Amino acid sequence: MKTSLRRLFRSGEPYVWLAGGALALALSMVVILVAVILVNALGFFWPRAVMQATLRDGTVVAGQVVDREGAAGGPIVRVKLKVANRDLTSADFVWIDDSAITARAYPPEIVVVERTEWGPLIGVVKEVRERGAPVATGAAAAAALDARLPAAARLRRDVRAVETGAIGDVNRKQEQLRLALKGLEKRGASARADVEAAQRELAKLDEEYKAAESRLIELRSRGTAAVVVATAAGKDKEVPLAQVVGVYRPNAMSTPAKVWHYATRVWEFVSDDPRESNTEGGVFPAIFGTVMMVMIMSVIVAPLGVVAAFYLREYAKQGAMVSAVRIAVNNLAGVPSIVFGVFGVGFFIYAVGGTIDRWFYAESLPAPTFGTGGILWASLTLALLTIPVVIVATEEGLAAIPRSTREGSLALGATKFETTLRVVLPAVMPSVLTGLILAMARAAGEVAPLMLTGVVKLAPSLPLDGLPPFLHLERKFMHLGFHIYDVGFQSPNVDAARPMVFATTLLLLVIVVLLNLFAIQLRSRLRRRYRTTAL
Amino acid sequence: MLEPAMIEIERLSLWYADKRALNDISMTIPKQRITAFIGPSGCGKSTLLRCLNRMNDLVDGVRIEGVIRIGGTDIHDAGLDVTELRKRVGMVFQKSNPFPKSIFENVAYGPRILGVRSRADLDGIVERSLRAAALWEEVSDRLHDTALGLSGGQQQRLCIARAIAVEPDVLLMDEPCSALDPIATAKIEELMLELRSSYTIVIVTHNMQQAARVSDDTGFLLLGDLVEFGATRGIFTNPGDKRTEDYITGRFG
Repeated sequence: MKTSLRRLFRSGEPYVWLAGGALALALSMVVILVAVILVNALGFFWPRAVMQATLRDGTVVAGQVVDREGAAGGPIVRVKLKVANRDLTSADFVWIDDSAITARAYPPEIVVVERTEWGPLIGVVKEVRERGAPVATGAAAAAALDARLPAAARLRRDVRAVETGAIGDVNRKQEQLRLALKGLEKRGASARADVEAAQRELAKLDEEYKAAESRLIELRSRGTAAVVVATAAGKDKEVPLAQVVGVYRPNAMSTPAKVWHYATRVWEFVSDDPRESNTEGGVFPAIFGTVMMVMIMSVIVAPLGVVAAFYLREYAKQGAMVSAVRIAVNNLAGVPSIVFGVFGVGFFIYAVGGTIDRWFYAESLPAPTFGTGGILWASLTLALLTIPVVIVATEEGLAAIPRSTREGSLALGATKFETTLRVVLPAVMPSVLTGLILAMARAAGEVAPLMLTGVVKLAPSLPLDGLPPFLHLERKFMHLGFHIYDVGFQSPNVDAARPMVFATTLLLLVIVVLLNLFAIQLRSRLRRRYRTTAL
Repeated sequence: MLEPAMIEIERLSLWYADKRALNDISMTIPKQRITAFIGPSGCGKSTLLRCLNRMNDLVDGVRIEGVIRIGGTDIHDAGLDVTELRKRVGMVFQKSNPFPKSIFENVAYGPRILGVRSRADLDGIVERSLRAAALWEEVSDRLHDTALGLSGGQQQRLCIARAIAVEPDVLLMDEPCSALDPIATAKIEELMLELRSSYTIVIVTHNMQQAARVSDDTGFLLLGDLVEFGATRGIFTNPGDKRTEDYITGRFG
C-alpha cells in the first residue's frame, strides 16, 4: 500500500492533476465572467412583455418583469417589475410579493414610450392632441400616434441640425473673432482698421445667429402634437411628440418584430449619442474615443518602445547600468496606473500643455487649450504606462535573432546601422506586435489615469471631425471604461442603468478583442514573410 | 606557387583577452586558388579565417598583432573602412544564415547596400549570382518566397550566391558543409571548383577528404601554430611534419 502510494507520487500524476485543476478553475472563472456579461448585456435590448398585475388591495401595476426572487428550488416569492414612469411614481422599479397578485394580464394595447427625458413611460394611449386640442381618442389614438411619429422624428433631426450646424458654426466663428480682437487690443491702437473690420464681422455674425435662432424657434413651434398616456396607476401624462424617441407595444409584437426591435436598439446603442446623463441612448462617442485613444497611444508607444529596446539590447554597453535600467523598466509596469495619471497631470498637462498655451494660444488664456486634459495627454500617459510591455517584448525578440544572421549582413559590408535597419528590425517586427497587442489590451481597459488626463462624462464633440484641422488633439473625449464607472456608480438612477453597464462592458470587450484580432492578423502575416527559425 | 599572391599574412598573432589563439603565423595565399585550413577543433583555423575580413573586431577583448595584406592593402590600416574590406572579402558561414526575407531580397541585399537601386540591375545581379551558385534552376519560379523555406543545402548555396552578388575578390568559407548531407556537400564542392576561376577561395574544414578533394593548397594548424603549409598533394602524400602526418592519418584529432 505504502509503496504503491509512493510510486504514484513519484510518477508525478497527482501534480499533473493539480496543475490541470488549477487551469480548469481559472478557465471556468473566466467563462462565468463572460457568461454573466453576455446574458445581462444581450438581454437588455429585448422588448420584454409588460405584465399588468392586480394586487389583493385592488391596486394595479404594470411593468416589465426584470427579476425574480425566491427560496432555492421553491416557488417564486417576489418579482421585480420595471414600472418606469419615473416622473410620476418617483421609482423605476418595485418589488411585489407574488402572493399579493390576484390577477395577471398582458394587454396588447400597452405601449412603452421612450422619451428624451425621465426614462420610458408605460401605459395605454388615451388620446392624441394638437395644440392642446384632442384629435383622436381611444382606439383611433394609437393609429393617429403612429402616423405622427415619423414627422416628429424628422423635426427633431432638423432642430438638432440647426443647433449643432448653423448655431454651432456661428458660435465658433464668433469665438475666433473675439480671440483675434483680444490679440489686436493687446498689441495696441495701431491696428485701428483691423479692429473695426473684426467688429463689423462680429456684428454680421450676430445677425446670422439671430436668423438661426428664429429658425429654431419656428421649427420648435411646429412640434405641436402631444400624446396622452394613461398609466396603470390611473394618472394621465401628456408627452409632447418632440420628446418621444420611440414607441413600441411589447405585448402585441410577434417574434420577428421583437427581433427587429432588438436589432434596431443594438444599432442605436453603438451608433447614437447618449441621452439622460448617459443612462439611455447610445455610446458611440465613447466607442470612438476609446478606439482613437488606443490608436494614438499605439502610434506613440510602438516607435518609442522599439527604439528604446534597440538601444538597450544592440547599442548600449551591457553592464550593471544597463541591467539596472532593465530592472527599472520592468518594475515600471508595476506602478499603480493612478500614479501615471498624476504624472500626466503634473507633467503633460501643467508643464507641457501650459507652456504650449503660453506660446501659441495666449489669446484664449486664462481659458486653457492644451493646458487641460485632452486626448493627446491621455494617450501619452497611457503610452508611458504601456511602454515597458513593448520594450520587454521587443528585447526578447531581439535576443531570439541569431548572431549569425547579424554576422551575415556585416560580412556583406553592411554597417551595424544598416544591419539593424534592414535585417534585425524586419525580423523583430512580430515580437513588437506581440508587445503592442498586450499594450493595447491594457490601454483599452485602463480608466484611472484617464479620469485625470482628459476623459469626461459627456464630450460635446468628437476629437475627429470635419472642421480643420480635423484632428483635435486638445479635446476631451469619452471612454467606454469610464462610461462603465460613470453609468454604474455615478448616475442618479443606478438600478435603471445597470443593464447599460453590462452592455457597455460587453462592447469594451468586443472592441479589445477586435483590436487584438487586427494586430494578431498583422503579426501572422509578418511571421509568414519573415519566419526567423532557420532550417 | 607561381601565381601572384592575393593574401599575405606576416607574423600574425591574436589574443582573446589573455588567451593566445594564433601564434606568429605567416603565409601567402595565391590568387584564384582554393586554400584549405585543416586542424583539430580549437586550433584557431576559424579564427584565422575571420581575421581576413576582420570579423573578429566584433568580439570583445580581441588583440591582434602582425600584418595582413589583401591585394597589397594592409587591412588594419587606419584609413581603411572595414565595410569596404568586407565588400571585397565575402564570407560563407558554417551554419547557413539566410536573412528572414525572400530569396530575391537575400541576394539583392549586398548590391542594395552598395547603392544599386534600379530594379533591372538588381534582377540581372540576382539571376547571375544564383546561376553562379547553381541555384537558379531550382528557385527561379519562387524568387519571392521566403528563403527559410529552402532545404539546408539550398540555403547554403543561397548564402554563396549572396556573397558573390557583391563581386568580392576573396571568398571565405567557414566549414560550409558541416551541417549538410553528402549529396548537398558534393554540390557545394562542385560549385567551389567552378568558382575557383573567378575568386580566391579560403575554406576551413573539419573534413580532410574534403580538403584533399577541392583544395590546391592546405595549411595545417595546431594549437594556434601553422604547422605546415603547402600544395595539398604534398601535404597529404608526403607531410613534412610528424604532427601533420599523425593528424591526417587519424592518429589524433
